[in-house]
Amino acid sequence: MSWTTSWTLAFPLLIPFIGAVVSLLAPRLGVRPAAVGIATAGVHLMASVHLAFAVMEGGVLAAGMGGWDAPVGIVLVADALSAIMVVSTALMGLVIAVYAAADINPQRSRVGWHALYLVLIGGATGVFLTGDLFNLYVWFEVMLIASLGLIVIGGTKAQLDAGVKYTALSLVVTLMFLAAVGLIHGMTGTLTMAELPARLAETDAPLASGAAAMLMFVALAAKAGLFPLWFWLPAAHHTPPSAVKAIFAATLTKSGMYAVMRVFTLIFPDSGAEALLMPVAILTMALGVILAAAQTEIHRVLSAHILSQIGYVALGLAIASPLALMGAILYMLHNIVVKANLLLLAGLGYRMTGSYDLSRTGGLYAVAPLLSVLFLISAMAMAGLPPFSGFWGKLALVQAGAEASDWIAVAAILVVGLFTLYSMTKIWLNGYLKPHAAGRARPLSALPATGRVLLVAPTMALVAISLVMGLYPAPFIMAAEAGAASLLDPAPYIAAVMGETPVETAAHTPVQTPVETAMGDAP
Amino acid sequence: MEPLLAPLAGLLAATGVYLMLSGHLLRIVFGIVLLGSAANLTVFVGGRLTEGAAPLIPEGTAIPNAITANPLPQALVLTAIVIGFGLAAFALSLTLAAHRRLDTVDPEEMRIAEPREGAAK
Repeated sequence: MSWTTSWTLAFPLLIPFIGAVVSLLAPRLGVRPAAVGIATAGVHLMASVHLAFAVMEGGVLAAGMGGWDAPVGIVLVADALSAIMVVSTALMGLVIAVYAAADINPQRSRVGWHALYLVLIGGATGVFLTGDLFNLYVWFEVMLIASLGLIVIGGTKAQLDAGVKYTALSLVVTLMFLAAVGLIHGMTGTLTMAELPARLAETDAPLASGAAAMLMFVALAAKAGLFPLWFWLPAAHHTPPSAVKAIFAATLTKSGMYAVMRVFTLIFPDSGAEALLMPVAILTMALGVILAAAQTEIHRVLSAHILSQIGYVALGLAIASPLALMGAILYMLHNIVVKANLLLLAGLGYRMTGSYDLSRTGGLYAVAPLLSVLFLISAMAMAGLPPFSGFWGKLALVQAGAEASDWIAVAAILVVGLFTLYSMTKIWLNGYLKPHAAGRARPLSALPATGRVLLVAPTMALVAISLVMGLYPAPFIMAAEAGAASLLDPAPYIAAVMGETPVETAAHTPVQTPVETAMGDAP
Repeated sequence: MEPLLAPLAGLLAATGVYLMLSGHLLRIVFGIVLLGSAANLTVFVGGRLTEGAAPLIPEGTAIPNAITANPLPQALVLTAIVIGFGLAAFALSLTLAAHRRLDTVDPEEMRIAEPREGAAK
């Protein structure tokens, strides 16, 4: 292992935590914590892109930290899927940090909001990069602690209410995860994720390994917000400030979903738990759209739809063909960008109309046509209309469902898509087209000048990304195919971690690296 | 020792779940703490118990020269205890804040984020 590989993997992890410490010290240094947040997120994005390029060139990267290699030490691993997730998290981290500079009031900023924000991003990066099961537990705890703080900072009654529910459920499921880690260590004597498949195959303890797999499935499914452990999600996503809603939508459920993908393709490829995935996915999708249809407030509609959309990703994982996994990853990428953006736009709309309630808001199209176009593009992308970004992921999932002759899954995708369109239309008609109920919609120019730029620029950037994903999807499809390939064939991942010289092992074995596979399969 | 400690972990988990079913936030926090002890004990016992053999490496050698206790679960449990302690402290202060601001410690009564059907907003 070379020094450069270690640092390439370690930088995206170190930077957010260094930034978090600096942002706590910032007031004493006469710097605004928000500025530290933006600068850190920017450097973090650069380090993450550097990591992604290294993965594109060298295949799976792995390095033991502190000079202790696998299986003794703790390894950081980046394959195509990890790299995709790290970069998308870093990108959202930067964009939302800019929005937060205007959205988070000084009271929240003073008690360390920006430090917790950076810790959340760092924790998510850790989840995506770690190659050690206990380490995965620790990174989930880091994310949990940061997100608990972000939910309750500000201390409104609704925030405390949501915080209580989120705390109780999250603590229980992380303990289940911990118990599963203990059982797995007891059975195999290792916690290195790449070593576990071989060791678990040797052990003859179907009961214990089944119990560990189910504990882990329940814990990760709750983190991802899957049915029936979804009930923490809507309140946690609609009570805090818009910047928190957006970063939660971009990181919390997605890191849970990433861990489901990783654990149930690498460690427990056929434990029986994944047989539950299909019904759970369809129920989550159905629940999400029904919940959304019953809501009358914009941010509640959008939070409920997080459920239906995480269901799509789970559905792709349940079908588990290369096309389905590609579609699931592509859909997740699109959803990270667009869902966060819709929540940011809802926050902007709240500032201009004074309400989230669909019967009390309105008139945004009359006072802010540009903002309305941004919303319309995001809403159509969310509903999966061509040629916007949500379309391609859904198309791949429908095609994969049809190839697998799973007509229930295909019907679920299409019906849920229709309901999503209904929800988006509801927001468009009531929030934007119809005149404001009390005639009090303010134009954008009524907001303070600096705040206006900080609030609008991130949403424009995200709409631009979403448009590129929709109109020129080839690079994103290739990235998603590389991610799917690394899930379907864990051999390069295992070779990179367990081999003496990880990068060269991956390059010399006849196994194609994920990137090459993607090149070969690209349409 | 394992046959004794494994049922103990089960007992701790059962007590924890029982406490969590109550309608009092403080009991729920205690239940979570007990459940945490059960999980920690599972990790600890899962690593096998070796009595009276500290995992010490004699000077001048790289590996211990006899069978010793497995140090890894001890390190894992120590980490988990520290994390659990921090989260329990947070949960307790959240309970206090909920008691002060929401005037209730019954989670069923906390319906501000998700109002009941037909309730005034």
